[in-house]
Parts: sequence; structure tokens; C-alpha cells
Amino acid sequence: MKYLHLVWSALFRRKTRTLFTLLSVLAAFLLFGLLNSVRQAFANAGQSVAGASRMITISKVSFMVNLPLSLEMRLQAVPGVAEVTYANWFGGIYQDPKNFFANEAVAPNFFDVYSELKLPPAQMAAWQATRTGAVVGASLAAKFHWKIGDQIPLQATIFPQKGGVNTWTFNLVGIYHIANPRERQQENALFFHWKYFDEAAAFGGGVAGWYVEKIAQPKDADRIAQAIDAISANSDHETKTQSEDSFQASFVSQFADIGLIVGGIMGAVFFTLVLLTGNTMAQAVRERIPELAILKTIGFSNRSVLALVLAEAVLLLALGGAAGLGLADVAVSLIRARLGAIPMLPVGLESWLQGVGLMAVIGLLVGALPARRGMRLRIVDALAGR
Amino acid sequence: MWRKIGYFLLLTVAALMPVIVLVLLPAWGILIGAALLIAWLALTRTGRQAWSATAVAVTTIPQRLGSSSVVIIGIAGVVGVLVALLAMAEGFRATLQQTGSDDTAIVLRAGSQTEINSVVDHESIVVASQKPQVMRDAHSRPIASPEIVVAATIPKKSNGVDANVEIRGVGDEAFELYSRLKIISGRSFRPGLRELIVGKDAVREFAHTRIGSTLDLNRQPWTVVGVFDSGDSHNSELWADTAVVATTYQRGSSVSSLTVRLTSPHAFDAFKAAITSDPQLKLQVQTTHDYFNAQSEGLSKIIRVLGTTVAVIMGIGALFGALNTMYAAVATRSREIATLRAIGFRGVPVVVSVLIETLLLAIGGGAVGAGIAWLLFNNYTASTLGANFSQVVFEFRVTPALVANGFKWALAIGFLGGLFPAVRAARMPVTDGLREL
Repeated sequence: MKYLHLVWSALFRRKTRTLFTLLSVLAAFLLFGLLNSVRQAFANAGQSVAGASRMITISKVSFMVNLPLSLEMRLQAVPGVAEVTYANWFGGIYQDPKNFFANEAVAPNFFDVYSELKLPPAQMAAWQATRTGAVVGASLAAKFHWKIGDQIPLQATIFPQKGGVNTWTFNLVGIYHIANPRERQQENALFFHWKYFDEAAAFGGGVAGWYVEKIAQPKDADRIAQAIDAISANSDHETKTQSEDSFQASFVSQFADIGLIVGGIMGAVFFTLVLLTGNTMAQAVRERIPELAILKTIGFSNRSVLALVLAEAVLLLALGGAAGLGLADVAVSLIRARLGAIPMLPVGLESWLQGVGLMAVIGLLVGALPARRGMRLRIVDALAGR
Repeated sequence: MWRKIGYFLLLTVAALMPVIVLVLLPAWGILIGAALLIAWLALTRTGRQAWSATAVAVTTIPQRLGSSSVVIIGIAGVVGVLVALLAMAEGFRATLQQTGSDDTAIVLRAGSQTEINSVVDHESIVVASQKPQVMRDAHSRPIASPEIVVAATIPKKSNGVDANVEIRGVGDEAFELYSRLKIISGRSFRPGLRELIVGKDAVREFAHTRIGSTLDLNRQPWTVVGVFDSGDSHNSELWADTAVVATTYQRGSSVSSLTVRLTSPHAFDAFKAAITSDPQLKLQVQTTHDYFNAQSEGLSKIIRVLGTTVAVIMGIGALFGALNTMYAAVATRSREIATLRAIGFRGVPVVVSVLIETLLLAIGGGAVGAGIAWLLFNNYTASTLGANFSQVVFEFRVTPALVANGFKWALAIGFLGGLFPAVRAARMPVTDGLREL
């Protein structure tokens, strides 16, 4: 610590060069923060804590094939299943296809199973009492400036009403919130009564799109999944039951290998960064050979000179990296506040820890060669300028 | 102090203008610019001075190889990432765009956006295919294919993970309709049998799709009998007889969509009017070109925005790297530059020589980046979920336009990274420069 001043003044010996290098480091870590937030959002799709205690049952044929309603009672009877609910994908559009959000017809006990969607009791009662009532997430309501009492018209893309009317109008009776900011993604959805859907749809009623089971013990998940799938084995509606996590993870992985894309970009970014800062450090040490020789002359050991140069490199990375990650933190918050439904998680502790690790590793890496040069220099040669 | 800041701001604004022009300029504009520059170098007195100054600068690059490579690799990183990501967007767009044409039209239930969401009943199909704008074959049957689209779950070959694969039931006239489609091995399915033909890309991506294998679709065994190539996104699909698919998936007599060949592209408006004005029909019509184009828009745009954002941030990093390198280069060559100035070289040739040196390094970087992107990713196969919630296989396409775009970015970064050091070199007092060691 007592040498911090020495390292600091060495670092800012050439202000412009250090400033430019810091800005390069900043850009690299800004990108790291942003990309990591995207990557975690996709990886996290399969890892929420609540998800571990829920299982999803879909048709084995394809998740677009429906399941009979008669399954509900039989699923309820499976030991370890605490509660069963079901839902249907509605796929309606609000005004413009670009305004995409999930909208589902759900069973009355949907919010008991998805207990992290917090709906005030009064609004819950209102929803249960209103046939055409709909409940939306707070983020979605904010995006379209909806308030309770509004009428929300959705254009059906799959299910017209009986008589061919394509517009379904729902009464907004409730707005739910999610406490955990990492899962606020799920506030972008609209839910309405499965019963209303069943009565009014021209076709597609009388069946469930998928079932969700809340289970008492997450460790029983595999056994319960097997028991559930055994119910319909060899029938004309065989099922596939997975934990909610693995269901979402497998869905996301069908879009793209996000990990590969992000990994590739980060690889390119950090490879160039190592080269760039490595060059700066090499220049910095080359210029200061006589100074390092003087340090050795007045008693600094080889090892302390090595440590001084390494510390300088790590400090360079840490300053730029912290600024970059901090900027990414702010940028992600701003983007999330503005766009809402975007797969980005806040830059959390995990990203910071990874970032700090990267700063240290890259710092040591780029400092290693120049530091070794500083350590090995011979005082006589260095002072003579050889 | 304030004068210095003001001067820097002025220079920044002055530097940004040519960069904006450069980015907006088409590729041939850059070539003309390069030709003009060469003409200026060869023909005018200042130009010839600049030329010799550049020659001196370039011959000293090997002495500064380490730091010069920072410019090259920094810019290569930017261009490589940019070109690779845009090649992904371009490949996806091209695959879907090829799928459609202006002389075929797709009929869906009004309000549906995709085939998988659409249900069209038998009567509507008959009425729509009898419209006079639909072309007829040699036996005067309308060239129209009622199609059913469903998604089956088949594991991917690469990782064994279940993926949604599009099964398309097609009508008897399909092979007349999709004239580009060829059976490349095996034979076509026989109507009425549970036989499948598999697109060229689907065979490569998904398990159990070789000729002779059996696939379970809705608990019924289907046999793969042939492989087809249509040169478009249908290559990711499995095709069978509509009637048999309808039975397997209990669809009754309704289908997902009707695709027809029009008598000519000009017949589309009349066809659309005939369908939409018919009170019996609740249908919507698009040319297949528009239909498939709309499907590629969303994803291509996301990838383009992502690619540009990443490239801008990486570009800023590379820019400061280039600035550092070129300032250092000017500093190490200060004696040389001062000598040039002392023997009568003006400021402009010195500025131009440093700029050209940076631009040459930048072009090198651009070439390395675009080259790596091309080597690794041209024709690289990937797949994603398409509009029908099933996998669409596509290939990355590193097109000349994308490479040209990458070079524009390289030149822009090189220009900005070289200008400030170049101006410093020209403004350095000659006496100071000569005294430098």
C-alpha cells in the first residue's frame, strides 16, 4: 500500500497515453458488462429459484398440441403434487404485431401456483368475479399506460370468437407485481379466464394447452415427472413433464446458442485488449528503464520492481475496468427502464466478481513481460542506456 | 488550456465530417476517392512531397512492428465481429427472401400472421383455388396446394436436444407449384401413405431423417423416402401428403394455408380483391415474397442492431489504441519528421503521410478481420426458431457488400486514429524535433 503513490505517478507519467489506454479498457469492460447481462438473462431463463418447485407438462408430440381437461384430476392425484393449474396460449396482438407480449387464458388458481406474481386481494376478487376480466403485469401496464378499468382490445391471431369476430375485448381488473428485479421480465404478460376463452372461442376450447404442477419437494421432481408421464403412456395424448427451468432452457436454446455468440465476441474483445494494453505497458517500461535502474540502485529488490510494474498494469486495468463496468451498470438500468421487455439482467454481483477477476488476470498477463524485463535489468547497463 | 481544448474540439468536428461522408458513401465512392488521392500524390508538387514522406514512414513500420500491430489487430477485431454478426443477419434474411416469389400467393385465415396460427376450412380452399387468377396446369386443374403446417419434436444431431421441426403437408399440385424443388435422392412420397420427404438442411440438422429411417409423428410411424432441395427455407422442413398429415393430427378437412401460382405477378391485385371482397371468405392474401420477407425482418433487425452496437463500442476501444500507437509512432519519428520539415517539406505532406500510414494499417486490419470472418463463418450453418415456432436452418453469408462495409469502418477508425497524431507531427516546432533523441 505504501507504494501506491509511486505506482500511481508511474501510471500517469504520460497522461495522454494512459488516458487513451484507460478508455480502451473502459470500452472493453463496458461491452463485457452489456453482453454478460444478455448472456445471464438467457442462462437465467432456466434457473429461477421459484422454477425449481414447478413442473410443466406438455404434449409429447409438440408443445403446440393440446391436452385433455380430464388430466387435471389425475395430475392432482399424483403423490407430491401440491397444486395443478393449466393455461392456453392465446397469441393476441395489441394494436400492432410489434407490441408483442405473452397473453394466456389461465385457470382460476393460476396465481396460487405462480405465487411470485403478486396481485392485491381486492383485485384478485374482482378478477374472479369478472368473466371478461384480465390481469396484466406492472411493466406492461406502464408501457401502454393502462390503468384498472381500461378496456383492452386484442386481435386474435389464432382464435376468432364464435361468429367470426376477431377482436377480443378484456376489462383490466388487476395489475400484478414481481418483487425480485431479476424476474421482472415476467411482468410483461396478460392473463384472462380460461373459462371465457372456452366459451367464446370459435374453436380450440375444451382443452388445456399445458399443465403446471406445483410440487412440495423440488428433490422429488424426477420421480413426479415420471409418474405424471406414466398416466398417459400409450394413450393418444402422451405427455412430457419437465421442471419449469429445463422447459425454458430448452426453449431458449432453440433460438440460438447465445453463449457461443457472446463468448466469441468477448474472446475477440479481450484478445485485442490484451494486445493493446500489453503494448502500452511495454512502452511505459521501455521508457522508464533508467528510472527502474535508479530504484534498484537505492535498494529496491528485483522482486519489488517486478511487483511495482505488475501493480501498475493491474491498476490500469482496474481503473478502466471499474469505470467500464460501472458504465455498463448504468446503461443496463437505463435500457431496462426504457424498453422493459428486453433480455438483459442488471449487472449484479456475479458480473462484478467475474469482471474483477478478468481485470486481475489481464493485468497480470499484460504486466508479466514488461515486469520481467524490469526485474532482470542490470543497473550498470540500464544507467548507461545500453 | 482553454485554447487547447477549443482547438481539439474544432479538430474533432473537422475529423468527424469526412468520417460521416465516408460511412454514407457507397463502395464505388471510396474507390473514386482512392483514385483521386493517388492522382493527387502522383501529379501535384505537394502530392509528390506527401508521397515521398509516406514512403519514408512506411519503410520504418517494421521497426515499430509491435505497436503497429495494435492498430491492425484492434481494427481486425472490430471488422471481424461486425462482419460475422451481419453475415448471420444477411444469411437469415436471404434464406427467407429466396423462399418467396411475386407470382405465388399464400392464403391464410384473416388475422393470422403465420401458417401455424391459421385454420382454413375446406369450402374456402375450394372457392379460393377456383378464382380465375390462379394458373392452371396441363389438365386445367388449378395449381394450388392446400397445406398443413405442424411442428414435430425431433432431436438435433449436434447436441441431441429436442427441437421443433416443421412438418408440411402439401397438396397434389405442390411439385408443379414449387418448380425449383428437386428430389435429390430417393423418391417422392406416395399420396395416401405415411411417407415423408426431407429437406436438404433438415437431413443435416436433425436425427432420424435419413432415407429409410422411421419417425414417430403423433404416435404413428412414418418412413423417410427421399431428400429434396428447394434452395430456400423449405429445406428445413419435412414434407408429406396433406391428407395423411390431416388424419395423423386429426385436423379433419381444414388446412393451415393455401398456396397458389398466379397467372402472372400482375394478377395478384385482382386475386387479392377477389378473395377479400368475397363475403363467404374470411381470408387474407399475401404474395409469398411479402409473407417470408416479413418473417425475416424482426430477427435480422435485432442482429443488425446488436452487431452495430458491439462494433461501435469495440471501435471506440480500437480508436484509442490506434491513437496511442500513432502518437508513439510520431514521437519516435520526430527527428525524421523535423528533418523533412527542415529541408522544405510543408505541413500538408507530413499530415497526409501519417494519415496514409494509419489508413494502410487500418486496411490491413480490415482485411485480416474480414478474412477471419470469411474463413470461419462463410457458409457456417446455424438454425433458429422461425415464425412457425420451428427451426429454420440458414447459412451465414459474408457478402462483398458486408466486407465493403467492414472496410468503411476500418477506414473511419484509421482516419480518426491517424488525424490527431498527424496534426501534432506537422505542428511540432522543427528545432525541438531535431533536438529529440
